[in-house]
Amino acid sequence: MNQDVAAVQGPNVAHTHHGDDTGHHHEHHEQHFIWKYIFSMDHKIIAKQFLITGILWAIIGALFSVFFRLQLGFPNETFPIMETFLGKWAQGGKLTPEGYYALVTMHGTILIFFVLTAGLSGTFANFLIPLQIGARDMASPFMNMLSYWFFLAASIVMFASLFIQTGPASGGWTAYPPLSAIKEANLGSGTGMDLWLISLTLFVVSTLLGGLNYISTILNMRTKGMTMTRMPLTIWALLFTAVIGLLSFPVLVSGFVLLIFDRHFGTSFYLSELFVGGKALPYVGGSAILYQHLFWFLGHPEVYIIMLPGMGITSEVLSNHSRKPIFGYFAMIISLIGITVLSFLVWAHHMFVTGMSPFLGSVFVLMTLLIAVPSSVKVFNWLTTIWRGNIRFTVPMMFALGFVSMFISGGLTGIWLGNSVIDMHVHDTYFVIAHFHIVMGVSAFFGMFAGIYHWYPKMFGRFMNNTLGYIHFFGTFIGAYLIFWPMHYEGLAGMPRRYYDYSAWESFKHFEGLNVFISVVVILTFIVQLVFVLNFFVSIWYGRRVTTMNPWNSPTLEWTTPIRPGHGNWPGEVPTVYRWAYDYKDDGHGNDFVPQTTPIQPGEEVH
Amino acid sequence: MSVFILIALIVLVLAVIYQIGRASEFASLLRGEEKVQAGTNRLMAWSMLLMFPLGMWAIYACHQALIGKMLPVSASVQGEGYDSMMYVTLIMTGIVFIITQGLLCWFAFRYQSTPNRKAYFYAHNNRLEILWTTVPALAMAVLVIIGLRHWFNITSEAPADSQIVEVVGKQFNWIIRYPGKDGVLGKRNFQLINNENNVLGLDTNDRQNLDDIILENGEVHVIVNRPIKFIIGSRDVIHDVGLPHFRYKMDAVPGITTTLWFTPKYTTAQMKEITGNPDFVYEIACDQMCGKGHYSMRGTIIVETAEEHAAWLAKQQPYLKGGQAPAPAPSAADTAAVPAATPAPVQTITKL
Repeated sequence: MNQDVAAVQGPNVAHTHHGDDTGHHHEHHEQHFIWKYIFSMDHKIIAKQFLITGILWAIIGALFSVFFRLQLGFPNETFPIMETFLGKWAQGGKLTPEGYYALVTMHGTILIFFVLTAGLSGTFANFLIPLQIGARDMASPFMNMLSYWFFLAASIVMFASLFIQTGPASGGWTAYPPLSAIKEANLGSGTGMDLWLISLTLFVVSTLLGGLNYISTILNMRTKGMTMTRMPLTIWALLFTAVIGLLSFPVLVSGFVLLIFDRHFGTSFYLSELFVGGKALPYVGGSAILYQHLFWFLGHPEVYIIMLPGMGITSEVLSNHSRKPIFGYFAMIISLIGITVLSFLVWAHHMFVTGMSPFLGSVFVLMTLLIAVPSSVKVFNWLTTIWRGNIRFTVPMMFALGFVSMFISGGLTGIWLGNSVIDMHVHDTYFVIAHFHIVMGVSAFFGMFAGIYHWYPKMFGRFMNNTLGYIHFFGTFIGAYLIFWPMHYEGLAGMPRRYYDYSAWESFKHFEGLNVFISVVVILTFIVQLVFVLNFFVSIWYGRRVTTMNPWNSPTLEWTTPIRPGHGNWPGEVPTVYRWAYDYKDDGHGNDFVPQTTPIQPGEEVH
Repeated sequence: MSVFILIALIVLVLAVIYQIGRASEFASLLRGEEKVQAGTNRLMAWSMLLMFPLGMWAIYACHQALIGKMLPVSASVQGEGYDSMMYVTLIMTGIVFIITQGLLCWFAFRYQSTPNRKAYFYAHNNRLEILWTTVPALAMAVLVIIGLRHWFNITSEAPADSQIVEVVGKQFNWIIRYPGKDGVLGKRNFQLINNENNVLGLDTNDRQNLDDIILENGEVHVIVNRPIKFIIGSRDVIHDVGLPHFRYKMDAVPGITTTLWFTPKYTTAQMKEITGNPDFVYEIACDQMCGKGHYSMRGTIIVETAEEHAAWLAKQQPYLKGGQAPAPAPSAADTAAVPAATPAPVQTITKL
């Protein structure tokens, strides 16, 4: 596969394929700051743009959760700090119900879309794909730049919606109509909802531009010798992430378009027989359930869009820091394929209690529990990967181990929820909150943190501080379990989610003490995240310098680039690949790994 | 002012933590990086090992602290299916949880890096892959089969002798309608709704509406040990009839009628004894985000004996005044269907 070396020299030559493999040097003269860092077409810079925007959003989203946990833990107290941040939504330091629901909705939207989709796969797909497959940049660097700028536009619109008079969308991150369609039904269903829909549509554009690029880059721009089955699992995971996004996000937009029509142009796609604000509305014949089908057709694959990159990163990090090949490389790929296919066939398990046909429900029970099979294959393969390894407990390794632990805990409760008879009781309770926060919140974050700590040296040419990294790990790991484990009990006791105050309920008010406990742990865990933020930003300038090209002794291609690679990644020729990405064996010179660029020795067994 | 002090305090704490991190970095340079790394590695391996017993102890402590706050026994016959399904799933997932988390912690500790250890090159084993594909698949098949048996049981048609009650959600309370003497709920039309004298939009041309009873306080009265069927609707947005004590839940969707049915096992009075809580009450919790008052959308269910129920029912008045239809609205002209002024007594009265 010939490498297109000229592709990065300008947008107009991005599509030329002249097969020039002689490798002329890329002596970029120093670019202006704006072109180098702002309107950059270098995939590495775009990755950092995604990452830093994602971190900023994560701080906002997490802060929101601190605020609404203050309300849940201390419903009778006032907190002046909330008024400082939230103004009229927390008059006198007491959060209003509208403010509470706006915070809950924004917390979900921000974390799911802006942090764990854009911030996670935006960062690592951009950063790792060209570096690990041996390409000088993405297939279309210009589209790649647009992908970030659409994401930023989506971010700006969403951020702006926080400041409008009627507040941001507040009907839950799922935005079910009619609540989200009728502005009289909910304060946040006015302009806030319009901005929410516009923002997420821009976001989908960004995802599609990125996804097309990731897929075409992986399929077409691998360096010589890099067959598909020699690629690291990170790339496989990112490939399927992009495929899922490409197939499911457009369906979400179609759902949004119908919702916009219902909101503004008098159609009745989702609306029927409503009496709101003291009068009967003219809508007849629509189905509110239709929206839920369209939404969850994205909504469930979205969970895997969030999970797969973390799975790929964990596979890579566990293998590298155990000094042992990933166990069952092909089984890992097949299970990724299994998850990708099944992720499209389980969406209605979010809708068991909508009055959907019980027979249809039973099909989705079957599909949902089936998806546990590829997931458990992955877990057992990870466990076998560290078995008889030679484990270095670096910070990324700690997070990768934490990922596996969280994925097991959260995955197993999925088996509860996937069974409709159990879901009938715990649907929309804290059990669901506990389940999805552990499995796609915390464990996806652990995958992301493992990736950040692991590839930080490649991103910035410096290390993050280890001590702070360990503090971050233990604080987050213990904090997350303390927050979410007891929530399973609240959920089994029937305690509904999205309640502003439980004190009037005979059935739920006795969890008052537990809610205080959870809220206190949330605050502490939030502060621990600030340690990470501090570590991340300060280390960009003051971290320990990387002095060797391959600090983790990894066989993959990204570590064959200079410590601070320029645009184009390799100063000379793009290296040729001769072996798979996990050859952790004696190379005959005292090393415990063989780089992918080392030719197969005579008599050597090929994986 | 206190806000700034708080923020300053957090910044200060972060600065201190950061300095500790920096200092340890310099210290490791002085003491020799490799030595420090080996020490850290040992420490982390031990903490991974300790994580398991500590975690198990924490799970036990959490269980002890919270088990007393859980729901009492299922108050419905059908809910027992949920309870048994939950225990089966708990045991199966619990075993997997302990084994996998245990292996994770043990492998991490056992195979920590030491100067002499060499990782074992072990790339694949198809028999193992087949083993841990088929075993989970079989386990899932068992859970699906048991689960779906319960599922089809609880979603089956309600028995013919079920009591009937209509539960309609609106922002932010529940409106309850009983079919009255004829045992049939009359037609509703959302265009006839007004908050003064027709909260559910009863079609006044439908004689079956004349004896219907409406309670706007969200109180459902049902007879113990008799199946009860909920006809569920919504006036505005999606709500959800959440019945934690009966282990049931069903959405209330505008424009669509949903149903659920179950057989209550214990009267409210009996449940007060079982729970030892004199204030015990069966609550209907809205479980679908429905706006700013979602958290306060509360209904109650009074489960009582047939005698108590009859006594209560005798005191209720039909919603439409005097059992008479108000003058039919001229627009809703379906007068051909009403032959006489005095409605003939309907003979489908259930054994209320």
